[in-house]
Amino acid sequence: MSEVATHHHDDHHGAHPTGIMRWLTTTNHKDIGTLYLLFSLMMFFIGGTMAMIIRLELFQPGLQFVDPQFYNSMVTMHALIMIFGAVMPAWTGFANWMIPMMIGAPDMALPRLNNWSFWILPFAFTMLLSTLFMPGGAPAGGWTMYPPLVLQTGDAFPFLIFAVHFMGASSIAGAINVVATVFNMRAPGMTLMKLPLFVWTWIITGFLLIASIPVLAGAVTMLLTDKFFGTAFFSAAGGGDPVMFQHIFWFFGHPEVYILILPAFGIVSAIIPTFARKPLFGYSSMVYATGAIAFLSFIVWAHHMFTVGMPLAGELFFMYTTVLIAVPTGVKVFNWVATMWQSSMTFETPMLFALGFVILFTIGGFSGLMLGVTPVDFQYHDTYFVVAHFHYVLVTGAVFALMAGAYFWMPKWTGHMYDETLAKWHFWLSVISVNVLFFPQHFLGLAGMPRRIPDYAVQFADFNMVSSIGGLGYGISQILFVIIVVKCVRGGEKATDEVWEGAQGLEWTLSSPPPYHSFTEAPDPESITGGHR
Amino acid sequence: MNASQKKANSKTVRFLLLATVLMFGFGYSLVPLYDVFCEITGLNGKTGRIVSADVESKELYDDRLVEVEFVTSVSADLPWDFEPTVEKMLVRPGVETRADFIVKNNANYTLVGNAVPSVAPNAAAKFFNKTECFCFTKQSLEPDQTLTMPVLFVVDPDLPQEVKLLTLGYTFFESLDLASVD
Repeated sequence: MSEVATHHHDDHHGAHPTGIMRWLTTTNHKDIGTLYLLFSLMMFFIGGTMAMIIRLELFQPGLQFVDPQFYNSMVTMHALIMIFGAVMPAWTGFANWMIPMMIGAPDMALPRLNNWSFWILPFAFTMLLSTLFMPGGAPAGGWTMYPPLVLQTGDAFPFLIFAVHFMGASSIAGAINVVATVFNMRAPGMTLMKLPLFVWTWIITGFLLIASIPVLAGAVTMLLTDKFFGTAFFSAAGGGDPVMFQHIFWFFGHPEVYILILPAFGIVSAIIPTFARKPLFGYSSMVYATGAIAFLSFIVWAHHMFTVGMPLAGELFFMYTTVLIAVPTGVKVFNWVATMWQSSMTFETPMLFALGFVILFTIGGFSGLMLGVTPVDFQYHDTYFVVAHFHYVLVTGAVFALMAGAYFWMPKWTGHMYDETLAKWHFWLSVISVNVLFFPQHFLGLAGMPRRIPDYAVQFADFNMVSSIGGLGYGISQILFVIIVVKCVRGGEKATDEVWEGAQGLEWTLSSPPPYHSFTEAPDPESITGGHR
Repeated sequence: MNASQKKANSKTVRFLLLATVLMFGFGYSLVPLYDVFCEITGLNGKTGRIVSADVESKELYDDRLVEVEFVTSVSADLPWDFEPTVEKMLVRPGVETRADFIVKNNANYTLVGNAVPSVAPNAAAKFFNKTECFCFTKQSLEPDQTLTMPVLFVVDPDLPQEVKLLTLGYTFFESLDLASVD
């Protein structure tokens, strides 16, 4: 990233700190974006290593490599790290890098808060990862932290709670920053309905974060006081109720899944029109669909807990609202397909990942619909069908969109084209191995294999072995991504300002790489076309 | 960043911080809301509590009998025995009925416990009213002490016709100092 540094021409602060101090004290949105993205990549590999341990143990029936307690820790930590450490910081990283450049702003609205919201993350995850070495082991009760099981966590328990608090504070600060930036820092002429869809999806994500993360903070604080201060929110002995935790948790948890996926919709809505060389079909319907999904996400939470014992009226309500989400999501998928209809497409790596996203995310959406139907959910609940579903939406959904976005903007960030041949290898190896990894898990779930168990009955052996082989393949393929990024940062073919033939938007009017301080003067309002993506 | 943007930013931040604090409060307000919701709907098997004076005023359905069965359990960390004297009885709705439970402390030290009731099916819970119950207060047992504890209850005659069997369950927990139960 030293290339970026040499381009800065800071005229109002005098000397800049260099070396480590530059990164510790930076308030520049591009530096902070880079920090977020590198942090996220690191967490992606730590969480991925845990996934490899899980798949290794599940390669054959019986207990071979790890003891069940450690296996449960791996399942729990893998989820926490991938959700809070890999995907969420990656979206904030993209927001930091791209939103000011997309809306013609010189920087984020609150640069110092921006620095702070990144730098609490390393502390949060050091705390969380340190629990692996504590008496009683790392948290092993599942990332959903259901009491009373989670209250049996050893010394790790308060570290888990405070790590969650830190991660939450970081994402709320990031969300406030994005919303303030988009509301107040837009260049003249950049009206709301001209915003690129990535910006739109991120504002809505920001509101979801602000509305849901504090509820999680409240829920884990109740767990903390139940364990150490004698309250009885979730303890039947004191008149509380453990099921109430599930309601409060999923009131946060369902908006959370849209926090993880909405920015992906925005990125795909930027990439498909670029490589289809056509304006996005149905821009305003995309905006309204995103808003509708965000609203519905707050009234569907109990579909995660159909089997706890709800009255029929409740199960019907949550089933209908859940299935209703298919309407705005369908609007989006059809809009992407209509954008490609009769277009002149080319298939560079960002487009390949975006197409992979559209197809595979839709598979995950369909299995989600199946799970949303109450009577069917009674069979699928807590089986590998659920695991297959959320990995299709989170890996081939969110992570594929992250990869698509990284390839799409990497030439802009570094000023160099990435190695297209290696990148195509990365895509094809990923897309094949990820399906080998997760598709058989649908069958395992339908056949009744429960999730979060280190051993299984022998009839599940073949599909588990296939899945583990796919897992190893997917894990190894991601090393290619690191090689491509390093190569691209170090050098390569010089990227043009526009980078892609069909690229539209303010970020492509800047040089590649962009100057350290971009849009210190607002761009020409004539250059803001909008509506395209 | 010009002055008007700075002003707009601090206004937006104040608004969003307020929203954050309010949502944190909302998380906590879900606790009483949940209790109220369960009480109104009878979900979670939360039973009602009435005074004896209210019982007489109900109309009697002489030809109807409802079976009530009793289930007991003790949490793992409490060394007590806990059983009903009869496992099930036939009850006339609208008539106050008594059931006895026997509890014994097997430990060689005094223990305080409280019983948490629950009624199944959920839909019937709000038609099951207790006038007197050992679960209203904490129970303190000396070493090896045995205690017979009564429950006086009335099944509301408005109980839906399709409910023929009610299960009243009690779980004894070691009392928490801050426990508030009813």
